[in-house]
Amino acid sequence: MHSTTILLIEVGALLFALGMLGRLGRKFGLSPIPLYLLAGLAFGHGGFVPLSASEEFISVGAEIGVILLLVMLGLEYSATELVGNLRAAAPAGVIDALLNAIPGAGFALLLGWGWQAALVLAGITWVSSSGVIAKVLGDLGRLGNRETPVILSVLVIEDLAMAFYLPLVTAVLAGVGLVGGLKALAVAVVTVIAVLVVAIRYGSAISKAMSVSDPEALLLSVLGLTLFVAGVAAELKVSAAVGAFLVGIALSGPVAHHATQMLEPLRDLFAAVFFVFFGLSTDPADMPPVLLPALALAVLTMTTKVFTGYLAAKRVGVALPGQLRAGLALMPRGEFSVVIAGLAVASGVEPRLAPLATAYVLITVVTGPMLARLPDYQWFKNIVRRRMALRQRRTTPVPAGE
Amino acid sequence: MVGVRVRVEQTPLPGIGVRHDLVTSSGRTVGVVSHRNGRRDLVLYDVDDPDACLASIPLTDGEAEALADVLGASLMLGQLAGLRQQAAGLLTEQIALPAGSPFVGRKLGDTRARTRTSASIVAVLRDREVIASPGPSFVFEANDVVVAVGTRDGLDGVTAILAGEHDD
Repeated sequence: MHSTTILLIEVGALLFALGMLGRLGRKFGLSPIPLYLLAGLAFGHGGFVPLSASEEFISVGAEIGVILLLVMLGLEYSATELVGNLRAAAPAGVIDALLNAIPGAGFALLLGWGWQAALVLAGITWVSSSGVIAKVLGDLGRLGNRETPVILSVLVIEDLAMAFYLPLVTAVLAGVGLVGGLKALAVAVVTVIAVLVVAIRYGSAISKAMSVSDPEALLLSVLGLTLFVAGVAAELKVSAAVGAFLVGIALSGPVAHHATQMLEPLRDLFAAVFFVFFGLSTDPADMPPVLLPALALAVLTMTTKVFTGYLAAKRVGVALPGQLRAGLALMPRGEFSVVIAGLAVASGVEPRLAPLATAYVLITVVTGPMLARLPDYQWFKNIVRRRMALRQRRTTPVPAGE
Repeated sequence: MVGVRVRVEQTPLPGIGVRHDLVTSSGRTVGVVSHRNGRRDLVLYDVDDPDACLASIPLTDGEAEALADVLGASLMLGQLAGLRQQAAGLLTEQIALPAGSPFVGRKLGDTRARTRTSASIVAVLRDREVIASPGPSFVFEANDVVVAVGTRDGLDGVTAILAGEHDD
């Protein structure tokens, strides 16, 4: 058979299987991300059905998947929103970074993996999955809740922080050392600030240049611009993903709205390919030895996320039940952790990192949304109410004798 | 307006849209989550846990409009009826904007009707729709009908102003 024919058969069967898996997952209220990762594990090296002809195609598709994930994330936020949010929620973002990145870094150092791997694992444990969490909040009818803006601000700051973190990691993994990494970070800081300023000042002019009335032209121009900027960013060693994210931020108004609608199906397709690709590059045989460490890391960093949400919600005056809801909602890690781990795999920094990240993301993304439901159960509410009553009794000042 | 101005709080929801909410005098909180894609959720808050939504009801464009109409219209009628009962000397009148009125295309604030006549313009009827409590920046169009509340003299004054007879 011709290799293109085999490619069609393999990719077709793969996508069909993913579609079926996704449907099955939705039945149980499960995010498709873990299913795609598992599918990748099953197909890849050492899996049940090794894919031969389509591996190169899938790797290019995965690259596009990361770019589309990031440009959509950028499209969701406007530059004004990002800057306004930064002022209000910076302390929460700092708490989040400290509480969740440090355990990851410490864990890697404890395993004796070297500082590059520690930097990568710090990112993996730091960033919650904004896609999964936004979906969970919507499904549980919590969008109107008072702690929801807190959760969203933490997610926004994490996403924005990625614009600085990814270039740093990309440079460090390229073997330029810490000084080279800091140089890349400086370039990223200047670029991001420039893009934010341009987007706030001239965002409407940029968006006006792209006509909304012609959907086909809009799709091609936005997609083309995104891939181009991502490519240039990668060439400048600032990470393709960050370039795409910045394009998303720079676009606003009706163009952003229409582009979001048009790119969504493309993002779904290529993001699925991306998660499968990451699973493909992991050998299932490497998984069992890292399962226990991954579980320990997941328990540790899910606890620190609960604490993050608790503190962040407390800061804005949300009561105990809301604080717990915020904390429990923040637990799932997802797309970003896989993107970060993907960078490490490509550079070959630590062979056990990819299986650990896979297991870690699988654990948090499956159990996180389930645990997020806890505060809705009556028994949980009763426990919280009892705690609150207890606390109130303790803090009520005893009338002082005159 | 009857009573104190109600305070509506606006909270941005990055990536989703914006939430507006208000605390009623009975102590309950109601809000609307406006999604960026046009969807709207009417949210009602829990009494025991005021941070949580008890219910979140998605509304289509039509449903939101219908609900706003019902609330707005009944409020208007209530206010007019209340005014009539409260003060015998106070009248409500519908005044059509004359075709040659100098205020077609100009702002309500430009009429300075309340300062000059102490009668208030409480609503404008346009194309069979009621625009309740128009602000000073509201712009008149031809064929608008103004609903004004005031004394006999005050209402006559408004009629004269809108006709462009009061030049000062």
